[in-house]
Amino acid sequence: MYSRILLAADGSDNAVRAAKEAAIIASSMPDAIVEILFVVDPSKVKEEVLHSQNHNEIEFKRKQKLIPIQEQFEHKSVPYQITIKTGDPGPTIVDYAKQHHLELIVMGSRGLNALQEFVLGSVSHKVVKRAHCPVIVVK
Amino acid sequence: MNTVKEQWFSNVRGDILAGIVVALALIPEAIAFSIIAGVDPMVGLYASFCIAVITAFIGGRPAMISAATGAMALLIVPLVREYGVNYLLAATVLTGFIQILFGVFKVAKLMKFIPRAVMIGFVNALAILIFMAQVPHFFGISTITYLFVGITLLIVYIVPRFFKAIPAPLIAIVVLTAVAIWGKVTVGTVGDLGTITQTLPSFLIPHVPFNLETLMIILPYSISLAIVGLVESLLTASIVDDMTGTGSNKNKEARGQGIANVITGFFGGMAGCAMIGQSIINVNSGGRTRLSTLIAGIFLMFLILVLGGLVIQIPMPVLAGIMIMVSVGTFDWSSFSYLRKAPRSDAIVMLLTVIVVVATHNLALGVMAGILLSAILFVAKISKIHIATQQTNDAVLYRIEGQLFFASVERFVDAFDYTMSDSDIILDFTEAHVWDDSGVGAVDKVVIRLRALGNRVVVKGLNAASEKIINRVGLYHDEHAKLKAH
Repeated sequence: MYSRILLAADGSDNAVRAAKEAAIIASSMPDAIVEILFVVDPSKVKEEVLHSQNHNEIEFKRKQKLIPIQEQFEHKSVPYQITIKTGDPGPTIVDYAKQHHLELIVMGSRGLNALQEFVLGSVSHKVVKRAHCPVIVVK
Repeated sequence: MNTVKEQWFSNVRGDILAGIVVALALIPEAIAFSIIAGVDPMVGLYASFCIAVITAFIGGRPAMISAATGAMALLIVPLVREYGVNYLLAATVLTGFIQILFGVFKVAKLMKFIPRAVMIGFVNALAILIFMAQVPHFFGISTITYLFVGITLLIVYIVPRFFKAIPAPLIAIVVLTAVAIWGKVTVGTVGDLGTITQTLPSFLIPHVPFNLETLMIILPYSISLAIVGLVESLLTASIVDDMTGTGSNKNKEARGQGIANVITGFFGGMAGCAMIGQSIINVNSGGRTRLSTLIAGIFLMFLILVLGGLVIQIPMPVLAGIMIMVSVGTFDWSSFSYLRKAPRSDAIVMLLTVIVVVATHNLALGVMAGILLSAILFVAKISKIHIATQQTNDAVLYRIEGQLFFASVERFVDAFDYTMSDSDIILDFTEAHVWDDSGVGAVDKVVIRLRALGNRVVVKGLNAASEKIINRVGLYHDEHAKLKAH
């Protein structure tokens, strides 16, 4: 039984698919609570600042990306809370899970090919390798 | 982030490490930007040292890195070419004074009027110009030159995947400079384009005649530099704000940039501003406080004093390769989807900004052209006024919707039927706003013209602000007013 589940989200469709699975898992367990960790990749911050007129708009856009994820949990009546953090996605997810004693990490897979993975690096790979708890990577 | 302790010593370990990483990454850029500007590498290195150290103390954004930058270097090319380095130093001092005034008069507040389309165009144009400035250093020189550029690019893009402790550009420089020296490879070096002196910068008054003629030569450059420096610095500050989740004082930053440039000019350095790329490197490496910026500046100078002799042996194609990486990193690659998704007018503003900059090599002109065009497009957009006509039993009702001002009066006046006579006409302004004298004049004109045809005209639904301006300058309340009055 997992009572504290971490959903790692990055605002992509993959994260929504992962949220759907996390909601199914959590709803089958009594007292399970899901912590949604939205990781802002520092390499994307320049782009976000550039494409927003001010700081409020950046935050608004981030919260907007979380709406389809929240819907998955509301749909299944699973309690959840949201944390937004800036940092290198892999280590940020691993450290957060450890610090907050989370028992299961659920995350999406970007489905990169071999070359992309070589150049960009796979976040899910890093998390699976370093996490202290079980990890579910949703394809 | 208020107390001295918080701003300086709350993150000592992270700041020292990040400062060292930034200093290592700054060297190739400071040299390359000097070469772009057409001055000795020392001018850029002294600038980077002075600006980093000074902004560490008096800047508005802790952990932001300011130094010699590509944006500023590109602006001063014609000045250096035609008048020499002393005019550049004088222009740097004047730039600083203008930026101090920007800070005093809180010009940073005006940043919110720069549309994001202009900012996106700004960084894209900057990236394109930095790339274009590298082309002469590697294109059509020799096969070995292409090979050096290629290997540099492979190193800077692949090494960081496995090893992050030392900035990859520096690894490329060390490895390839060693190869060039020991392999006796014939390839252009930094030494071919300038000299390095291993001394600390010293105070000197720019060697220019102090007269009106000099001022008129440097003033246009200084204004451009002051604007571009402020735009890039405040953009960078916003990025650092967001990355660290803290706020910063933008007017203090403008003033700090200004003081840094004044002092830098007197110490033989070229004008600089905040650097987007280096600031991101600093924060990612763990830099959070002013200490990181100070360490970056001091360690940079230390490296030059120790390694100065080796710097001139750096092969130019390696530097060109690093600058290609900087330009790729500066370019906003999401612009392509932005061009498809953003409103057509925004896309045009972005493209115009890029085109003006690339055509004139002046980022300030691009920003101004972009702002001007977006202002005109905005006026055009909101000047669309809509008038609905409704025939009721005993009156004709015109419902006016939109903003009535100088740009929309023509459409407004033309919307009425001037063949009616002896009718009751109601002008309903509930959904409209009258903004200026032209708007009031248009209302007058319509009312008086309709009355002249023997109609009975009633104006209703004016909001308080519209009513106020109409009462102040309008004429139609006087039943006998004649059109001549306009």
